[in-house]
Amino acid sequence: MPSLLILIPAVMVILINLPVKEILKRVAFLLALLYILAQAAAVIFAPAYLMNTPQLFALNLVIDSFSLLMLLSISIVGLSALCVGWFTLDDSNKKSDFVSLLLLSIIGMNGVVMVRDLFSLYVFLEVVAIASFILIALDKDREALEGSFKYFILSAIATVMMLTAISFLMMVTGDTSFEAVRATFKAGTITFWPVLAMVLFVVGLFIKAGVVPFHGWLPDAYSSAPAGVSVLLAGIVTKVTGVYTIIRLVTMVFGFSPSLNKVLLIVGAISIIVGALGALGQKDMKRMLAFSSISQVGYIIISLGAGTQLGIAGAVFHLFNHSVFKSLLFVNAAAVEEQTGTRDMDKLGGLAEKMPITGITSVIALLSTAGIPPLGGFWSKLIIILALWKAGLFPYAIIAVLASLLTLAYFLSMTRRVYWGKVPEQLADVTEAGAGLVVPALVLAAITIGVGIAFPYILNTFILPIRSIFG
Amino acid sequence: MITPYILTLVLLILLIATALWSVMQDDLLRAAIALAGVSIIVTLLMFQMAAPMAAVFELSVCAGLITVVFVSAISLTRLMTRQENIEFSRERMTRFWYLPVLLIIVGVLLSFLVVPGVPSIPAVVADVRKVLWNERQLDMLGQILVILTGVFGIVVLFKDKPKVEKDI
Repeated sequence: MPSLLILIPAVMVILINLPVKEILKRVAFLLALLYILAQAAAVIFAPAYLMNTPQLFALNLVIDSFSLLMLLSISIVGLSALCVGWFTLDDSNKKSDFVSLLLLSIIGMNGVVMVRDLFSLYVFLEVVAIASFILIALDKDREALEGSFKYFILSAIATVMMLTAISFLMMVTGDTSFEAVRATFKAGTITFWPVLAMVLFVVGLFIKAGVVPFHGWLPDAYSSAPAGVSVLLAGIVTKVTGVYTIIRLVTMVFGFSPSLNKVLLIVGAISIIVGALGALGQKDMKRMLAFSSISQVGYIIISLGAGTQLGIAGAVFHLFNHSVFKSLLFVNAAAVEEQTGTRDMDKLGGLAEKMPITGITSVIALLSTAGIPPLGGFWSKLIIILALWKAGLFPYAIIAVLASLLTLAYFLSMTRRVYWGKVPEQLADVTEAGAGLVVPALVLAAITIGVGIAFPYILNTFILPIRSIFG
Repeated sequence: MITPYILTLVLLILLIATALWSVMQDDLLRAAIALAGVSIIVTLLMFQMAAPMAAVFELSVCAGLITVVFVSAISLTRLMTRQENIEFSRERMTRFWYLPVLLIIVGVLLSFLVVPGVPSIPAVVADVRKVLWNERQLDMLGQILVILTGVFGIVVLFKDKPKVEKDI
């Protein structure tokens, strides 16, 4: 029942906001929690049911194994964002608004991963985008509004490019569904309008994904948003609206071609390097994590640019791992900011003894990001480097390996400044964050470790089936 | 007896009138809504020209989604005071004189650009209802969700407006 993944949360949003005695506002957290757990459970325990049951209305929504993996990521990150947001926002009205907007963005993302038509894809991307603008601006202070405005303008540019591309494709094809457009690209002859459409669409998606040189909005939006919103944005929104869509369209609609591969490789490589170098010079914890996101998305793009099935598998696996460890890092940044009141790393120090769980889970996340075994990030980076090596793209493989060292460098610098060393006097009575922030951190850390250790099982159950749909 | 010719003429006059009204508005919000009105008239013209899919897309994107985007953007800004308004209108001509000139030059240059021919798709006379409700059902659902999100978002942003004016 794919349409239930859109209709049930929509009904919940309406229920939460009914002007009836505000009882439902207080249980908004529980409603959203129940729904997200149900979505995760459906993906893990009843995937065949989700994929094969007939539709409720005649909606053209299709779930395949890639969509399943994305639905799982959406529920994991949605859960973390829900907990972080609920327990860090102060006003009860803001809390229920946050939950409603979170559910609306989950509806949009569920739609994006299930559609098979370019125009429907655009419509659901707009749902996610509008929910994100409002979420970033939720605090209504100057910084948040500025970050939201920047994201808004760049997103509008990306939207215009995508719409123009869709209109060109419709001009040539007469239809906007994935199969019809695929047939046009498969025809073999390289004509002007489809190629122009492809270029416009891919550039629009690069803006949404926040890769270099379209990353200008990303550090501001991530760092000025409230804590729960940063988790959501970094963990899943840019991944679904940007990276998932690029992977889906390149493999299912446009098809690999030497020039497209080259563009992906170059953009990916530049993002890896610029993101890593940018992260090295940051003082604000969330800005450093934002630049790190740019770098990791570069890894996903470069793996896609390899153009082989192993490359696609690596990109998808790293996409999943990145959602998990990046959310974990942002959850811990939220915990640190909540308990100490600052994100400036020069003012922090020695938090590992005051906030042990936050410290340990942060170290797990950073080791996974840098690609240290036996954590999940190691396996996905290994597959990416192997894919690049086997495709003969040696310089790119070397860039990927060396950038891992840079990743380790900036994250060790962050850990040394925040968690190790002496505790400054003003932070002398800082305690561990509440259960609302610690439980998501523990769950995410467990997933990171579990994916790493149980890698053969994950590979056979989740990753290899994805390769076959792109055959 | 309204022949199609007269109908088209009426629609075109309405189109120009609404468009003029939209750009000459002082109030941004009314201008955005007038722009949506322009889109609706363009949609009607497209139905007349036997292009139902284009008309449905035009209606959904321009009259629905873009209006939501415009109104969200406008709600993130504040009005200029009367003094600022007068000063801004005065310097507008001197600051931006080059923009129309640039537009004309680029237009002339582009007219020399030779692009490959566009394949023409035969016009389809399809039932509007069939296109809207049977073929593009998922888009309708999506658009309802977009408008729901936009409206909810604007209510959230405008809930305690005095705070916004104080901070900015």
